[in-house]
Amino acid sequence: MSETKPHTSAAHIPAPLASRAANLSTETMANQSEFTTPPLHVGSFQLRSRLVVGTGKYKDFAQMRLALQASRADVITVAVRRERLFDKDGHSLLDALPLDQLTILPNTAGCFSATDAVRVARLGRELLEQLGNPGQRWVKLEVLGDKTTLLPDPIGTIEACAELVKDGFEVLCYSSDDPIAAVRLRDAGASSVMPAGSPIGSGRGIANREAIMILIDLLKNPAHGGRADYPVIVDAGVGTPSDVTLAMELGADGVLLNTGIAHAADPVQMAHAMRLALEAGYFGYKSGRIARKLLGTASSPWSGTFTHIPGE
Amino acid sequence: MEQAQIQIQVNGESLTYVGVETVAQLLTHLGRDNVPCAVEVNQQLVPKAKHSQHQLHGGDCVELVTLVGGG
Repeated sequence: MSETKPHTSAAHIPAPLASRAANLSTETMANQSEFTTPPLHVGSFQLRSRLVVGTGKYKDFAQMRLALQASRADVITVAVRRERLFDKDGHSLLDALPLDQLTILPNTAGCFSATDAVRVARLGRELLEQLGNPGQRWVKLEVLGDKTTLLPDPIGTIEACAELVKDGFEVLCYSSDDPIAAVRLRDAGASSVMPAGSPIGSGRGIANREAIMILIDLLKNPAHGGRADYPVIVDAGVGTPSDVTLAMELGADGVLLNTGIAHAADPVQMAHAMRLALEAGYFGYKSGRIARKLLGTASSPWSGTFTHIPGE
Repeated sequence: MEQAQIQIQVNGESLTYVGVETVAQLLTHLGRDNVPCAVEVNQQLVPKAKHSQHQLHGGDCVELVTLVGGG
């Protein structure tokens, strides 16, 4: 994202505007050049992009590659699955990805017990070791409770998290939006808690924004036992750019999504939109929103009005 | 000398091999010796460094896995 700095120097501005630009305070100019999202630290990793994207459900690898580029994500998620033994000509995901430019985050999708999730995490690490990818140090832990909703099993997730942390993994935990489950995962050693906005692939966005707000408060507010730099990444259910923006406006540090891009009618354009939406939400949150008021507050002054005002 | 025949489960399929005694030999046989492939035998990871030492036995349950698209 750092390459998208706005053109603020006078050299980029046509002559008539350049003189006006010169009147802007140097402070404003300096701030404009800082309008790039800073990297996100998760465990020992530094993410240039706060948007993490999945690699599932694309029409083909070519479309996936273009969408990944448009998202500007530098971390992508993958799943661990059986080799198709007798289909040697099948194209491999690994051939389709610029592995040297990406950090792979292997998931344990499809696991319904802590034991299976630990097995799958170890297999993912083995594959990333073979590939020499830095993603070998971490895992996106999913322990699902039920195939219909794909909602996480909080107890199985905590068990698996503790086991994987003991085994040296940095664990990013897919969680429900339950604030106390999130605290328990943090206490079990999770490097990040990743609450679902709504069920995986549902496209319903942030179904319970108050729960996400409380979760973020407990994990990140030092007054409530949190740590300001503890990373919370909203994962799952995100359908539209405005969902991404809302997650960031609520104070999330990043967003992880797959279906919202991969199943859009135009995934490449949607990836671009999701990236912009994330930036909008990030800066919106940092800027401090105005207080909500029930009634109207005029933006233009009342003093100096010379027209009829009802009731006056 | 006649080579031993073993029957093992590989990715859920029951397969019979002659002259396949180690994980490394199984991978060579399946054309997976030069591609990233993680191996589990009886639910225990066998790291790549141990593929050539790890002996297979009749009835072993082997999983060969790779990375695929996912979220």
